[in-house]
Amino acid sequence: MQLNMTEEGDIIQIKVQEERMDAHNSGDLKEKMLQLFDEGKCNLIVDLSAVRFIDSSGLGALVSGFKNASAREGNLKLCCLQPQVRSMFELTRLHRVFEIFTDQEEALASF
Amino acid sequence: MSERIEVDIKVPNQTKYLGMIGRIGESLAYSLKGFQGNRREFAYHLNLVLTEALANAICHANHCDPEKEVRVSMSASDQDLIIKVFDQGQGFDIKALSKRKSKSNDECGRGIHLILKLMDHVDYVKEGDSNVLRMQKIFNSGS
Repeated sequence: MQLNMTEEGDIIQIKVQEERMDAHNSGDLKEKMLQLFDEGKCNLIVDLSAVRFIDSSGLGALVSGFKNASAREGNLKLCCLQPQVRSMFELTRLHRVFEIFTDQEEALASF
Repeated sequence: MSERIEVDIKVPNQTKYLGMIGRIGESLAYSLKGFQGNRREFAYHLNLVLTEALANAICHANHCDPEKEVRVSMSASDQDLIIKVFDQGQGFDIKALSKRKSKSNDECGRGIHLILKLMDHVDYVKEGDSNVLRMQKIFNSGS
């Protein structure tokens, strides 16, 4: 999975550069986030602007990141969801679990 | 006159084919005359249902064994769409899985619930040497 990482203070922004997040590639994001947590980087923003399709594995990888960040007193927030990706969070009620922002600036300002 | 579209695909037991099969499902969704609802949403849901069913067959039933293969068949008419996903694993109890309560922050277990939510009839049966996950979507006016 192609991931672009940028740092803004103690916040890591991860931009997923894939059209699909599914059982084929979601494990890469999960592993990358675990590596960041091991380095003590526990405040993450995941930018999903390029993602047109997400399945239960993709959602599961984000839930894993959210739980691990929370367990380390950090946070994982989401931004820039395409409408059909957003609808998946609503279908699975995960929009009640995650903080979801329309753009990166808004997500950054929320920390 | 009622038209029927039949698609039958076999792919190696590898998750890299999920996107290809999902996109075939999306294309099919745009070709179905009997469907009257939000076609863009239906195309996404078909992609999702195929992705979830195939990932389950590849990773759980066939244990990611690259020597195995998975088969998908889709049969569409003006009245309905029937999707079958064949695997060569030990099978599972779909009724027990569907009854399992999941927490909102569980990392896995959403796939089968999404299939059950988006399709009208779902079962899992033995057919010859394979197990088959059968999923039907009925096209009502406004569906």
